[in-house]
Amino acid sequence: MTKTFTGSSSYVANEALLASVNAAVTLKRPLLVKGEPGTGKTLLASAVAESLDMPFIRWHVKSTTKAMDGLYTYDVVQRLNDSRFGDGDISDIRKYIKMGPVGEAFLSERQVVLLIDEIDKAEIEFPNDLLRELDEMAFYIPELSETVSAVHRPIIIITSNAERQLPDAFLRRCVFHFIDFPSEETMRKIVDVHHSDIDEEVLSAAMNRFYKVRRTRDLRKPPSTSELLDWLVVLAAAGVSADKIKVAFPFAGVLLKEENDLHKFNREVS
Amino acid sequence: MLEPLLYCLRSNGVNVGLNEWLAFQRGLKAGLASSTDSLFFLGRSLLVHTEADFDAYEKSFLMAFRDLEVSQTLIEDLARLLENPLDYEDGRAPGQHDFENLRELIEKFQKTLEEQNKRHRGGNRWVGTGGTSPWGSGGRSNTGLALGRGKGMGTGIRVPDSIDWGVYRQDQELRTRDIQITLKALRTLERSGPEVLDIDESISRTADQGGEIDLCFKQDRANKVRVVLLLDIGGSMTPYAQLVSQFFTAAGQTSAFKSLEVWHFHNCVYGTLYSDEDLWKRTDTETVLSGLTKSHRVIFVGDASMAPWELHSRWSKDALNGLGWLARFKKRCPKSIWLNPEPERYWDHPTIKAIHELFPMFPLNVKGLKRAIKELSGGY
Repeated sequence: MTKTFTGSSSYVANEALLASVNAAVTLKRPLLVKGEPGTGKTLLASAVAESLDMPFIRWHVKSTTKAMDGLYTYDVVQRLNDSRFGDGDISDIRKYIKMGPVGEAFLSERQVVLLIDEIDKAEIEFPNDLLRELDEMAFYIPELSETVSAVHRPIIIITSNAERQLPDAFLRRCVFHFIDFPSEETMRKIVDVHHSDIDEEVLSAAMNRFYKVRRTRDLRKPPSTSELLDWLVVLAAAGVSADKIKVAFPFAGVLLKEENDLHKFNREVS
Repeated sequence: MLEPLLYCLRSNGVNVGLNEWLAFQRGLKAGLASSTDSLFFLGRSLLVHTEADFDAYEKSFLMAFRDLEVSQTLIEDLARLLENPLDYEDGRAPGQHDFENLRELIEKFQKTLEEQNKRHRGGNRWVGTGGTSPWGSGGRSNTGLALGRGKGMGTGIRVPDSIDWGVYRQDQELRTRDIQITLKALRTLERSGPEVLDIDESISRTADQGGEIDLCFKQDRANKVRVVLLLDIGGSMTPYAQLVSQFFTAAGQTSAFKSLEVWHFHNCVYGTLYSDEDLWKRTDTETVLSGLTKSHRVIFVGDASMAPWELHSRWSKDALNGLGWLARFKKRCPKSIWLNPEPERYWDHPTIKAIHELFPMFPLNVKGLKRAIKELSGGY
């Protein structure tokens, strides 16, 4: 093991997280990070890249993303167009093959950190379609009759919001880490990393209010870390005093995004 | 030396495979576990794949390494304590547990540890912090064991994590989101409806043929599952009102069904069903039944506990008794199930038994719901 991840200037990591990241790096397995939205799953990957001083490649998965898209795409339409209208040489298929994020990560001259973000957004078979490629660190391009193999095995970090159950075979190959919602103490550290200049009194009042909201039952969408950080910026920008936060709930809309949740608190405060 | 962990995990329902176990061994060889804490975290990240099993992992870890770390210090400590109990703590009154025998105390401790299934604070029985049980940390019982940072041995087993993972267990309470995810599994997509132009396939076929246009069509995929929810309201269901309303909300928010009908009843289904929770807006059960087909999935939610006559006798105006009405639902929609918020251990109640014979019954928790959805999926 040459380098270890120890957290970074902009990311607060606990011991469990460090253990998981270093296990993934050492054992050459993808790291699967699961947790509520807004707990810093995506940020983690860029923090790892920064800390290990490696380039960072992000593949944002959407509901329409296919596993193939990550490897490479073959632009048939462009080639057809060129063949009809005679622009350039269409005999060179290579010109129409474009590497996806996984392909790019494989071909990179330096070892990279590859983030496969929100894997659970895609179709149910998506993770399985990637199994072989991630296991063997290579894929085949039939159009070129060529195999692309990884120059350096990338450090792969995969995030999931638990929208759907991931396949067992896939889970067995990953190092698993669950980011729980930060405790008040950890949250202080996180806030400190991002906004160290906030007035102590305002911060205490805001944190109190925030955890009170989190503890409320039946919220459709409880606010997360990223919303708290946004809210603090708004409070500071508007110059809201600590006393005001104690009696009212200014800019509630930054924390609560569901109409029903907002109503609940508006009623309570007034 | 680590094998006990593997078997403890498997006996606690965490199915660790050989692949993961070997990876764990490789991790140890690579020096990733330099302390108990890092061993704990390394094992958890490699052997467990879902936060639902974190609690079981914690338990297994404690069980597996209990003998390794506790026994020696524990025995020494106890011996000293029993020799001279009054020296042990500065003159406070002894706690309520006085054990004649050292062995008895150790055995009882181990037994308690096995029985205990969650982190505990206060109280007089379990291992945990505070309280008057003879074991734990910071408690008031004078004749006992102190674990963790408490007075006494100080090197007892403990887990380095301060989070109560019990809340993520799947056999305990339900959260709206869990319900939604589980219900989604019920959707079955089928090709139906008018054909539309498949642009991707058309382009790729056209290209394959060197520019000869070839149009392809496909049918859209649509969800065909229709769900009928029948909820028991009031009476013995009152303690579960919150749980049922959560289930109801989750089902309503799930866009996975083609249709969702919700009806309410009290105790058992008779000739009348209600479309509101206050049992005010009435509809004949007959009408509801006539709208059902074999492809409907009927989910009853209720404790199925009532006086036997409420199930077996007829109401004056009604043609059927409660069980008869339920049987008609079953006949009309073979894919019907019953979700019961009562814990499974109370299911030997006569009316629960009678209804259980008619419908597959599942407890209203994540695991039960998953089994229920499996039962409801497929077919028709």
